[in-house]
Amino acid sequence: MNRSSSLSAARPATPNAGLDLESALQLLAQSGRGAPAGAPGSELWLQGLIDALVDLSSRDALTGLANRRAFELALAREIDRVARSGEPALLLALDIDHFKRVNDGHGHNAGDLVIKAVAGALLDCVRPMDLVARVGGEEFAIILPNCPSAFGETVAERVRRKVERLHVAAGPSQQIKVSVSIGGAFAPQWVRSTATLWIERADQQLYRAKALGRNLVQLEPCAVSLVSTEEKRLLFDTTGFQDFE
Amino acid sequence: MNSTSRITAITSGKGGVGKTFVAANLAAALARQGRSVLVLDADLGLANLDVVLNLFPKITLHDVFTGKSSLNDAILPAPGGFSVLLAGSGMVEYSRMTPEVREQLQNVIDEVAPRFDHVLLDTGAGISDVVLYTVSLAGDVIVVATPEPTSMTDAYATIKVLATTQGRRAMQVLVNQVRRPGEGRTVKQQLQTVVDRYVNPGLDSAVRLELLGEVPADAAVRDAVIKRQLLLQSLPGTPAAVAIAAIAARLHE
Repeated sequence: MNRSSSLSAARPATPNAGLDLESALQLLAQSGRGAPAGAPGSELWLQGLIDALVDLSSRDALTGLANRRAFELALAREIDRVARSGEPALLLALDIDHFKRVNDGHGHNAGDLVIKAVAGALLDCVRPMDLVARVGGEEFAIILPNCPSAFGETVAERVRRKVERLHVAAGPSQQIKVSVSIGGAFAPQWVRSTATLWIERADQQLYRAKALGRNLVQLEPCAVSLVSTEEKRLLFDTTGFQDFE
Repeated sequence: MNSTSRITAITSGKGGVGKTFVAANLAAALARQGRSVLVLDADLGLANLDVVLNLFPKITLHDVFTGKSSLNDAILPAPGGFSVLLAGSGMVEYSRMTPEVREQLQNVIDEVAPRFDHVLLDTGAGISDVVLYTVSLAGDVIVVATPEPTSMTDAYATIKVLATTQGRRAMQVLVNQVRRPGEGRTVKQQLQTVVDRYVNPGLDSAVRLELLGEVPADAAVRDAVIKRQLLLQSLPGTPAAVAIAAIAARLHE
């Protein structure tokens, strides 16, 4: 699609002189989003167009989940938040077990159906505030802000069991069953992590889950903050130290 | 004589406070006082008792765990006149407590305990499940701390966890690297104060900390560690060595 053909004067939908909006609008239409609200060319309409494009570029085309780009952005934001608030946050790394077998045995269409079904299952298991992303072929990630360490195992197990119970219809008489391995790590509270480190820690647990036989949850033992600020204050209460000086 | 074998875990919370140094030299002091002692390097993930003792073991706990060697072959004589069971550095896979590791460790301790007057378990740093499990196998616990705030915080966290998850009510505190006499008592009292305020109210009976002793900061310690020698052997007259010998005597009172 080149510039001269898309800027034809016969298209009233792209009234802003010098702006080539044709492919943007086509992209939105193709993704089923429809045209932005407001009068074409108005500020409202343009903002709507930009918002829709942002949304489009943040999502995975097959599943509609957050894509890798959106995931990394959300992860960086969460790291910021945890470092300041000290709230616990959990990152789960998930991978469909033996996905190659699905593709090889049932074809790539069936593979796509499985990925969509798993994506739906993941969304069903989490809170609206959590972010579910497809970060690679059969790899997913979930960011769970404000997830107390005591609940990590429960959430991850719920996800694992939900996927385990899936029956993906890949044809009239074809039911595919899949499972996921899940690794998880909590963000260190009060200490700024990096996206790389946090992902690495969750991935390590995912490898462990795979190595231990798949269809398993492995969470990094979380470093619970055992000593409160009040306890520390009393511990370093200097009066005790002066006795011997 | 060995019927009353004492299993003592030496732990610290924070690493780098001289836990392994204390374990090795305490064992040497006990041996010098006529006791039969085994030190088990229970820092399965990051063992370094072999480094402290300048040993290059051919057989380690790993070989016992995998059935390659018998336990007897893995018990090695250490320079200070005591015995050691070394973890070796190939035990990263045991840095997490699985039921298998749990069972193996329990078996090893059950087997060695009747054969020595003292079994010292040199645990890893931190409060991981491996450390907690190792401590749970011991009758007595020595928490090694230094007067540094980070060490005190971790020692306190360790005491708190052992009190609440293992029902420990008596723990011994060994304060290492004290800069002036009496600092050990101060550290122990500070820990007790916080335990009384924040831990004991939630328990059926109170946790009592006992000061096992203090070891002065001593340049000789550094020299011995760098030369990979036991302080009790190479420089037994230095203040730190004398303090450790006194602590050993108190251990078998």
